[in-house]
Amino acid sequence: MSDPLSRLLEARDWLMADGATGTNLFNMGLEAGEAPELWNVAHPERITALYRGAVEAGSDIFLTNSFGGNASRLRLHGAHRRVGELNRAAAELAREVADRAARRTVVAGSMGPTGEIMAPLGELTHALAVEMFHEQAEALKAGGADVLWVETISSADEFRAAAEAARSAEMPWCGTMSFDTAGRSMMGVTAADLAALVEKLPHPPVAFGANCGVGASDLLRTILSFAAEGTERPIIAKGNAGVPKYVHGHIHYDGTPELMADYATLARDCGARIIGGCCGTTPEHLRHMHAALEAHTPGPRPKLDVIAARLGGFSSVSDGSGEAPPERRRGGRRRRS
Amino acid sequence: MAEQDDIILAELSDEELVQQMHDDLYDGLKDEIEEAVHILLDRGWQPYRILTEALVAGMTIVGYDFRDGILFVPEVLLAANAMKGGMFILKPLLAETGAPKQGKMVIGTVKGDIHDIGKNLVSMMLEGAGFEVVDIGINNPVENYLEALEREQPDILGMSALLTTTMPYMKVVIDTMVEKGLRDDYIVLVGGAPLNEEFGRAIGADAYCRDAAVAVEMAKDFVSRKHNQMAAG
Repeated sequence: MSDPLSRLLEARDWLMADGATGTNLFNMGLEAGEAPELWNVAHPERITALYRGAVEAGSDIFLTNSFGGNASRLRLHGAHRRVGELNRAAAELAREVADRAARRTVVAGSMGPTGEIMAPLGELTHALAVEMFHEQAEALKAGGADVLWVETISSADEFRAAAEAARSAEMPWCGTMSFDTAGRSMMGVTAADLAALVEKLPHPPVAFGANCGVGASDLLRTILSFAAEGTERPIIAKGNAGVPKYVHGHIHYDGTPELMADYATLARDCGARIIGGCCGTTPEHLRHMHAALEAHTPGPRPKLDVIAARLGGFSSVSDGSGEAPPERRRGGRRRRS
Repeated sequence: MAEQDDIILAELSDEELVQQMHDDLYDGLKDEIEEAVHILLDRGWQPYRILTEALVAGMTIVGYDFRDGILFVPEVLLAANAMKGGMFILKPLLAETGAPKQGKMVIGTVKGDIHDIGKNLVSMMLEGAGFEVVDIGINNPVENYLEALEREQPDILGMSALLTTTMPYMKVVIDTMVEKGLRDDYIVLVGGAPLNEEFGRAIGADAYCRDAAVAVEMAKDFVSRKHNQMAAG
């Protein structure tokens, strides 16, 4: 338990993570379709400003601008040979901001999905996925990241590959999945599945949880399911600030700072110890969240109807955890096994 | 129920075989689907009838369970792969026999976005529903879309984005189509995880499709409306 994140978790009941990366960079002039990671080198001052925004708003943990920084994703911008450079730059800029901060702040090296489907269903082999994640992990480590932060994953296999990469890089890590399809991940993983999966890993994460997805309510339902599994491991909640809308030529997430403050305290009561935002969460949202968390006296786990009443309805009937799967309409007459 | 007698496809009646194909599609059994397609062809079925009654009807059920959160992407990919096996056999025959087409779609993931899982699902499900689909791949700048529209003259343009950083690019494409006076010549459908209906409307698409099953319903609906309009006009 020697890493800075574990030490902070020992000292404090809750920690605040940061907000959005992509949508905040839009507000600084990022064009749709542009790779945010290129800005680590092209516009380092803007990335520093992004990081500072989170730290000054009270974040204890902030993520590096390296979500799409694996070779598979950077290939699309012809930058797959710049994985080392771009990730190191992302972490170095973050290190500088963290070291200048008035209080201890954790630099979390963001690692997003490859965007490919893992074999045998798709083309990406386990070995290659590990290699890509490892390349990114080493660069984030070299740049000064305290912990790796694997996020928005939808496949259990890809989650395992990232875990193995963190192990090879000898780095502590956190991992979150995105539960956006009828309460499960796109590849069908439930909250209960993920809670069980992390305990089976040879190099388990310091904390695990959910990020992005559909809206604040759905995300908290997922957090409740993690907690219901009786996990001792710290749970991460990083939900979107509402849902995206197109306003005056810009993407705007409709969750207000007040709503996100309410979400943050509810997340705490649901059992999350690391609470932050995802898409649409600006420093202003974070300031409100931080103030609310500071003032909050922990309460009982909220019921689903309370969450719905305060944050809005759910996008699906259930999240698929802890219940018999719905009946399939066909199939099951397999002729060969 | 694990131990079941092997079903010999060739011994099933036409009706039983079609039902079995629906099950096998659901279970993603490609070899069995290919075998069954051959059997029906040997029995003198028209390729178009096999496509609609066996493959399309079977994939429709898969689509319903995907929409309802019973099946997820891995199962649907397997089902679509099985269907593709059947389609591969039928495609040349369908072309020869001049079978009716539902419509034509050009589809692609927008600039900056590598994600093609959802797009591929939509392509496969639409093909399964009898559409001709031209897939222009990932990372498409607006020029690619315009070229493909010009070249293919489809009924529908489909755009996909999985990232908050790429979804606004759909608006760039639609705005360019408006500028060039092309917008009303096509049905524009959009989809992708971060999108929603209101977003689709705000950027000027005809519809947002929550998933591949909805995309098929929308495509059918809009194409039939378009044809009705032309008939009326």
